[in-house]
Amino acid sequence: MLTVENTKAWLLRFAEKVEANKAHLSDLDSVIGDGDHGNNMARGIKAMQEALESKEASDPADVLKNASMALLSKIGGASGPLYGSAFLDMSKQAKEDASDVSAIFRAGLSGIQKRGKAEPGEKTMVDVWHPVIKALESGELTTDTITDAVEATKPLKATKGRASYLGERSIGELDPGAVSSSYLFEAWLEGED
Amino acid sequence: MSEIGIVLSSHVSELAEGVYKLLSETAPKVSITYAGGTDDGDIGSSFDAITQAIEENEADHILSFYDLGSAKMTMEMAIEYSDKTVELFDVSFVEGAYTAASLLSGGADYDRVIEQLKPLIIK
Ligand SMILES: Nc1ncnc2c1ncn2[C@@H]1O[C@H](COP(=O)(O)OP(=O)(O)O)[C@@H](O)[C@H]1O
Ligand SMILES: [Mg+2]
Repeated sequence: MLTVENTKAWLLRFAEKVEANKAHLSDLDSVIGDGDHGNNMARGIKAMQEALESKEASDPADVLKNASMALLSKIGGASGPLYGSAFLDMSKQAKEDASDVSAIFRAGLSGIQKRGKAEPGEKTMVDVWHPVIKALESGELTTDTITDAVEATKPLKATKGRASYLGERSIGELDPGAVSSSYLFEAWLEGED
Repeated sequence: MSEIGIVLSSHVSELAEGVYKLLSETAPKVSITYAGGTDDGDIGSSFDAITQAIEENEADHILSFYDLGSAKMTMEMAIEYSDKTVELFDVSFVEGAYTAASLLSGGADYDRVIEQLKPLIIK
C-alpha cells in the first residue's frame, strides 16, 4: 500500500542513494555513453526533493506525479523522459489503486517501454525493472534479485540508447541506467522491513 | 501565415538554431520554434525548453522534428502534457524539416506535406 508518507520517504531514500553514487553513475556512463548519467540523475533528484518538500500532495499519486515532472524537466538525458514516463504512469496507476504496489511498478515499466521501446536484454534500465517486478509479483523480491539483475547487464550488448552506437564495445560493463534503477528498488525494499 | 507550425528539437543548441536559420530563409510564412540542449546549455534535451517551443509557436497544429532518440522521447513527453496537436516525424532531421517548411510556406496542404515526408523516414 502506498501512502503519501511512505512514497515520499521511499523517494527521498532513492535520492540519497543517487547523490551518494553520483560519481559512480557517471563513471559507468563514461564507459558506454557520454559520462553524464550521475550528473543528470543528481540534477533530477535534487529538483524532485524540492518538489516533494514544497508541493502539496493529497495522495500518493500526486507525490509520484510531482516526482515525474521534476525528473522530466531536470534530468536532461534520455533517462529524463524515461524516468518521467515511469513516474507518470505509476502515478496514474496509483490513482486507480494505491494498494497494489506490483501493479504500480508494472505500470512504471510499461511507461518506460512505451517511451524507449526497449525489451529485456538490450542493456537498459528495463533489465532491472523487468526481473524486479516479476520477483515482486511472486513475492520473492530480495536485494539479491536487484543485485543479480544489475550484474546481468554486464555481458549484454547495448542495442538501445546512446550506448548502442558502441556496438560490441558496450559489452563488459554495467548499464548506468540499470544501476540508478536498482537504487529506486533498493530504497523501496528498505522501507519494507 | 501557415496554419501549421514547425517545432525543432535537437541535442545541441547551435544545431537547433542552425536548422531554424536554414528553414526560416526558405519559409518566412511558417511559424518555426526550436529547442536545443539542456537548460544549462549542455548537450541533451530539455522538457521545459521543448514545452516552451510548442507553446510559443503561433500555430496550434505542429509538425515536429528531432535529431536523436532522446530528443524524441522528451518531445513525446512534452506532447503528452501539451494541449496542442503536435505530430512527430521519424524523418531525417534536416531534410525532413526543410521539406515540410518549404512546402508549408509554398501553401501546400497537410496531406501533401505528409506524402513528401514519407520517403524521408529513416528512424
Ligand atoms: N530506449 C531506452 N529504453 C530504456 N532505457 C534507456 C533507453 N535509452 C537509454 N536508456 C537508459 O538511459 C541510460 C542513460 O541515461 P543518461 O546518461 O542520463 O542519458 P543519455 O544517454 O542521453 O546521456 C542508459 O544507461 C539506459 O539504462
Ligand atoms: Mg549519458
